[in-house]
Amino acid sequence: MEAVLPHGHHAAPAGLWRWLASTNHKDIGTLYFWFAATMFLIGGLMAMLIRAELFQPGLQLVRPEVFNQLTTLHGLIMIFGVIMPAFTGFANWQVPLMIGAPDMAFPRMNNWSFWLLPVAGLFLIGSTLLPGGAVAGGWTMYPPLFMQGGISYDLTIFAIHLMGASSIMGSINIATTILNMRAPGMALMKMPLFVWTWLITAFLLIAVMPVLAGAVTMLLSDRNFGTHFFDAAGGGDPVMFQHVFWFFGHPEVYILILPAFGIISTVIPTFSRKPLFGYASMVYATAAIAILSFLVWGHHMFTVGMPAAAQLFFMYATLLVAVPTGVKVFNWVATMWRGSLTFETPMLFAVAFVCLFTIGGFSGLVLAMAPVDIQLQDTYYVVAHFHYVLVTGALFSIYAGLYYWLPKWTGHRADETWGRWHFWLSAVSVNVLFFPMHFLGLAGMPRRIPDYALQFADFNRVASLGGFVFGASQILLLIVILKCLRGGEKAEARAWEGAEGLEWTVASPAPYHTFTEPPEVK
Amino acid sequence: MRLGRQVLWMACWAGWVQPVVADWALNLPAPKSDIAVRIYDIHTLILLICLGIFVVVFGVMFYALFKHRKSVGHQAHPFHEHTSVEVIWTVIPLLILVGMAWPATRAVLDQKDTANPDLTIKVTGYQWKWEYDYLQDGVKFISASSTPADQIANQAAKGPHYLLEVDEPMVVPVGKKVRILLTSHDVIHAWWVPELGVKQDAIPGFIRDTWFRANEIGTYRGQCAELCGRGHAFMPIVVEVKREVDYQAWLAAKQAGKQAKAVAAAAAAGKSFGPAELKARGEKVYAAHCAACHQADGKGLPGVFPALAGSRMVNGPAAAHIDRVLHGKDGSAMTAFQDQLDDADLAAVITWERMAWGNTGSPVQPTDVKVLRK
Amino acid sequence: MNTTGNRRTSLRLTLLSAAMFAFGFALVPLYDVFCDLTGLNRDAAQALANNTQVDASRSVRIELVANVQDGALWRFAAPRLPVEVHPGELVRVEYELENLSDRPLVGRAVPSYAPLAAAAHFKKIDCFCFREQHLAPHEKVRLPVLFVLDRGVARDMKVVTLSYTFFALGKRT
Repeated sequence: MEAVLPHGHHAAPAGLWRWLASTNHKDIGTLYFWFAATMFLIGGLMAMLIRAELFQPGLQLVRPEVFNQLTTLHGLIMIFGVIMPAFTGFANWQVPLMIGAPDMAFPRMNNWSFWLLPVAGLFLIGSTLLPGGAVAGGWTMYPPLFMQGGISYDLTIFAIHLMGASSIMGSINIATTILNMRAPGMALMKMPLFVWTWLITAFLLIAVMPVLAGAVTMLLSDRNFGTHFFDAAGGGDPVMFQHVFWFFGHPEVYILILPAFGIISTVIPTFSRKPLFGYASMVYATAAIAILSFLVWGHHMFTVGMPAAAQLFFMYATLLVAVPTGVKVFNWVATMWRGSLTFETPMLFAVAFVCLFTIGGFSGLVLAMAPVDIQLQDTYYVVAHFHYVLVTGALFSIYAGLYYWLPKWTGHRADETWGRWHFWLSAVSVNVLFFPMHFLGLAGMPRRIPDYALQFADFNRVASLGGFVFGASQILLLIVILKCLRGGEKAEARAWEGAEGLEWTVASPAPYHTFTEPPEVK
Repeated sequence: MRLGRQVLWMACWAGWVQPVVADWALNLPAPKSDIAVRIYDIHTLILLICLGIFVVVFGVMFYALFKHRKSVGHQAHPFHEHTSVEVIWTVIPLLILVGMAWPATRAVLDQKDTANPDLTIKVTGYQWKWEYDYLQDGVKFISASSTPADQIANQAAKGPHYLLEVDEPMVVPVGKKVRILLTSHDVIHAWWVPELGVKQDAIPGFIRDTWFRANEIGTYRGQCAELCGRGHAFMPIVVEVKREVDYQAWLAAKQAGKQAKAVAAAAAAGKSFGPAELKARGEKVYAAHCAACHQADGKGLPGVFPALAGSRMVNGPAAAHIDRVLHGKDGSAMTAFQDQLDDADLAAVITWERMAWGNTGSPVQPTDVKVLRK
Repeated sequence: MNTTGNRRTSLRLTLLSAAMFAFGFALVPLYDVFCDLTGLNRDAAQALANNTQVDASRSVRIELVANVQDGALWRFAAPRLPVEVHPGELVRVEYELENLSDRPLVGRAVPSYAPLAAAAHFKKIDCFCFREQHLAPHEKVRLPVLFVLDRGVARDMKVVTLSYTFFALGKRT
């Protein structure tokens, strides 16, 4: 089908203008990935500095206020600058290819939603140079602490507005594309699971990013225009910010993991050479998780002092999330069961995801228990929990997806040897990095502290060593990608033996324009 | 509980963990209140259940990973649905969750039950210290970190309770229900003592309560658990649990001390001191109350906390300087110290600031401070 | 490609996001409604409960607490001793407020209760927290609160705290 198109149609415009003005979903997807990679480098270096400071007790490298800036920026950058843009990169590249659409529904808006991000990133990182330094009140931005900062706090709010606008526009685009531009014959329940998870994620983003925008707008107005939304002196309540923030914040957690479920549900069947087990229940489980995410925000606030009835409600609602999540894990295991398994790099990351994400899920279950959470709230146990979910969960799924689709995007197979080294070094060191944090939290180490009591020294040293190895290992990924871009073993249209789906029916690398004639899906 | 601990050891089989070393603590600290015991047991129960599920599910997965690979010639069986299996693995986790939630529900209700306390203590969080106010007994004091700055800066060996030691601990009687009323003076803090199983946020403008009943005499240490700015790591909590008689003795001494202190302060207020005496006393007061922001070297933090070394106010007329320390500065982090320090301490610390780090201000006497009090 | 369909879908999604932005702000009044329903953070006069009979069979100890945010400007003090009241009984207590500064000041007290469950049972007939307080330099005033702890208060709730935090107004912190 591609072959019949006139040759000129394939050519991409050259030079810088191609990237600045691009409306092509593949180019924009690529831009999203490079943006995420850049921010990952910056956020990662901050993490290295944090781990270096925590290598031993006492203050060595940074002053406490700088440490607080590092943890705050690390959180904001990794969430809004790495995981979310990387998943949007996948959506841009893969959603049109997987549903047989020629491009996104609104290509120009697509360009606009990307280019807001570097501006926001610049504001965020540039604020470190302002007097008083960057924002240091934690990525959760709780007032009244957030009221004490300088101009960089206002700039951060502006950056969050920009990133929110970018996400909302991107999500409207993705949802419209999925709802209206599927190839003939592709019913909703025939869509690849990755597309399903992104459709649900897009709805979550459209529903909660505006709430975050509202919350930070109120902060901005409290800071600058004399309102008292969160100030007890004027009849406001600082705890209300936490309610509004986590009403956004918990769905946000699932925004960061649902596309990961989609990628894993694509990779595992390919390398098991078997269709995904329980497709329908996967879709329902994803939807159930999304709906439940609106009912559990209070579990982030068990220690603010809420009535017992509210604590119990949030505890039970949170425990319910474990049911659909469990269904997903069981389905992945059942997909591998009696398959014909091979372990190329994407599959290695996918299997590690299933194991390690489950550890993050279990620690989530521990934290869901309100009485235990009272003990563990704001400790390193929580840090361990969300890094298992976001690093060995979301980030590992991004790695799996990258290794899986790189052949389609570049036309070259990723170097397996380097890929395996990247996997094994990452998978081992990430556990050395984050597993001891469970013990630190249980033993009583609070999070967000630049210095700690002597009994926490041993595990902190171990975690830091793991962190340095993990950080260094990510250079291997960059090498793999650069090698892949420059050459390597040619990939066929169907790059993997067991791969199913429309994206494998077009050539590798995917031509600049694909599916200008919609394919027929049976 | 014992079983849970053993399983935990086993769970940490991985090579880098050596549970024989005391500091490599793997679990919650030994609980010293009934609530803390409950938390410990619920945690152990959930951990065991999770471990069981983990072993079963990933046992199955790893079996497949080894036996169902292409390289051993395994053919794929393309099944992709099984309704009854799917129903089973939805319902069973649901039942397990209910089983887990039941003990937790009862613990939540007990944690919230602050009725019938034997003693109520109001705790106020400040950036970055705690104030304890024994409401019925008229005893009130500030409790700040007593870890010396040179230990934090790695210029001295760190003590055994590094960052977990205070100048004046909170003291409570053993076996008595202590109700804690929490509020904050500035930003949100959280009062947390792990061994007593109690953590509660302190919210400015609002009051929250929680409680504990310590089962054993001892010293229990905790920390602020909510990010509250640059000194967040440096506002520890120390609770000394004493026998009832010892507690009463402490209380009496505290009340007597308050009067004696008032008398001494009154005497000191009228007395005048030599500059050396003032500076020696002032340096200590400065380290405890001022160095967190203005830094031990008086250089402050550019853009955040002003420098005192070379400051115009510190080198200028004494009255403005005294006024600032007494009454704070509106709209800044500079608090009013008039209620926290007596005239002699204030005169000493102001003198220290005026004469240290190359400053050339004049010394200040307690009487100078007294006349400027409002 | 169906461009009108795309436009319609995107319009709906945009409306949804606008509605959610509004909802973010609506959470503020909704939170107040929630607080009123549960009795948290009440700061307006409440009608007396229909049944004003005094339950003399039990008494509750009410601890009175005062906090002040700007200690340099004000002295704000609660009666030092707790009061023992019978549920249903009309109680009057007085707080003290003093302007320590040389200029007139405006401030307001914000009430708070512990345990949280007690809040719903505090019926304040009159309270200084309903009004802003204007104090001349060095003026000292006594501030009365008139309230009833209604008979619905749980039997095992034997100690209840009524707390006020005093804030200066007209100044940005």
